[in-house]
Amino acid sequence: MSKNLNYTTEQPVNVEKIRKILDVNNGARIRTWLNICSRCGLCADSCFFYLANNKDPLLSPAYKFKTTLGEMYRKKGNLDREFLKKCYGIVWGECTTCKRCSMYCPFGIDIATMISTARTVCWSQGVFPEGLARTLTYYQETGNQMGMSEEDFIETCEWMAEELEDEIRGVTIPIDKQGAKYMYTVNPREPVYYPQDLGMAAQIFTVAGEDWTMPSSGWDCTNLAMFAGDRELAGKVVRSMYDKALELGAEKILITECGHAYRSAAFEGPYLAGYTEGKPPVQIVHSVQLFYEYFRDGRIRVDPDKRIEEPVTYQDPCNVSRNGGLWEEGRKIIDYIAKDFRDMTPNREHNHCCGGGGGFIPMGPEFRSRRMASGRVKAGQIKATGAKIVITPCHNCFDQITDLNEEYDLGVKVASLKEIICESMVIPDHLKPEQVKDQD
Amino acid sequence: MYKFYEILTGPGLWFAFIIFIGGLILRLTYLFALSREKDKIFYNHMSISWGLRSIGHWLIPLGSASTRNQPVFAVVFYVFHICLLGVPLFLSAHNILWDEAFGISLWSMPDSWADALTMVVIGTVVFLFIRRLARPEVRILTSFWDYFLLVLTLLPFLTGFLAYHQWGPYNTMLILHILSAEILLIVVPFSKLAHLVLFFFTRAFIGFEMGGRRKARAW
Repeated sequence: MSKNLNYTTEQPVNVEKIRKILDVNNGARIRTWLNICSRCGLCADSCFFYLANNKDPLLSPAYKFKTTLGEMYRKKGNLDREFLKKCYGIVWGECTTCKRCSMYCPFGIDIATMISTARTVCWSQGVFPEGLARTLTYYQETGNQMGMSEEDFIETCEWMAEELEDEIRGVTIPIDKQGAKYMYTVNPREPVYYPQDLGMAAQIFTVAGEDWTMPSSGWDCTNLAMFAGDRELAGKVVRSMYDKALELGAEKILITECGHAYRSAAFEGPYLAGYTEGKPPVQIVHSVQLFYEYFRDGRIRVDPDKRIEEPVTYQDPCNVSRNGGLWEEGRKIIDYIAKDFRDMTPNREHNHCCGGGGGFIPMGPEFRSRRMASGRVKAGQIKATGAKIVITPCHNCFDQITDLNEEYDLGVKVASLKEIICESMVIPDHLKPEQVKDQD
Repeated sequence: MYKFYEILTGPGLWFAFIIFIGGLILRLTYLFALSREKDKIFYNHMSISWGLRSIGHWLIPLGSASTRNQPVFAVVFYVFHICLLGVPLFLSAHNILWDEAFGISLWSMPDSWADALTMVVIGTVVFLFIRRLARPEVRILTSFWDYFLLVLTLLPFLTGFLAYHQWGPYNTMLILHILSAEILLIVVPFSKLAHLVLFFFTRAFIGFEMGGRRKARAW
């Protein structure tokens, strides 16, 4: 529980605001879920928080929603700050909204959705993690969660393109090209901390001969506002990405290797942004799908000498696999690139959450010990495979597993698909830089 | 005593069934109307195939990963439901009453089967009751109301069994049997027991969400 809620005032709780939120959400769906839970307890075994913390019954999904959203409705919104702080600890500290529990409930009750609704109520009263609060201000000021200016962003892209001239001829990061097939969007973590990620993507697109562009604005596909419970800002964030794609006349929006960005752009975003049909105005494609298509269609080939010998495993990001339906693509790519693939148990849409999602990683040091504890399940799964490399197309999984590697002594290297593809792909002759060709 | 019996099997039964069926219809209608008002967007994603598969995999025993995790509980709970519905519907004593009153009836199972299956119901309810107490993750969720509903569900079967075997004062047993059954029927539309019908809707919904939109198997 946080002692650092100093960005929130100790103002009296605005019950009217809470009632409005509860009322809007009091549809047949949530009302039935609240009523029909038969307290069977099957959801407990599905939740990695419960399993990792010695099966503490307080961590069963049913208990979590009953004591947060359930209580909110029972009290008809007459909540006090003490109660909200208690909810804070549960809805942000004990759930990543991974939706695994909804698959294990006999009624298919979606506990994650109820936790998200409780988050919105808490947020409305200024009760939400400080780590997310900062990012919300950045989204509003600069359109991206890390406050990077348009200038800096474009400069970083140009710099990365320059760096790659030695490896691939003619590689560029085209900014604001009109009518491209793909408008590429990234996680600000990339330009700010790992600019080589931008370079790797550019390499892959160049080798595959892709028609793509990097937008100068609306390039941040992440949506931490969605995890903070700030639905209005979440709508704005995703709309700025949609609008840019429409402005550039892009055929599709390509999402970098990020989990929740796909969930935001493809599924929750349309509703947050006001598209009542539930479909985004521009088709959304996740990198794992496009990269798979490159291999399938022979646009990228693997150098047989560079295939990975060490055992590898695949981390299913919740929002790409279970909540995105894209669990086979990553495995198929690994088939091309690695010789020894060891799947986790369980896997695909039944795989466990790594513990880093739902806003956990950006939520900062306050929540670190919790995600290290809950990550025990994932650590156990990885260890059991005997793999030396964990491949995952999600930034949060990447960070979480990197931390788990240290915490649990897993002895693994974590890699994104971009990284392993760049290391093993064949660079066609016409793209090899001049000096190398002369040497041949 | 007999007067009471007459009321219970006359207006009492009418009342109970009207509330049972009418209550369920009203609840469904209300929820449907509410969904048109506040949950309209979810109608975008209906997929009959995924809805049916989502329902189907949970109607067959051990059809979902979740039930395979707790197979004993799953089998007990499955058997409990089958007998809970099967015994009252196909009991000769009940069918005789329907026949006498309205000239309609369903197939009747031999009394020896009904007897055995009633014992199964009693046994499974006891198992479920003990499970609620024994498993910490279930106990923490359980309230008085959950225990009460379990006992209420058990009563018609227990009293019917006792009456059939004529153990204890027959008239009292019979009256308790009918009374407890009527109370149970009346409670159904207003409690979690409405899952009798709501199960199909919530399962279909998650089938649309996970299956229809994401191709993920919600089982």
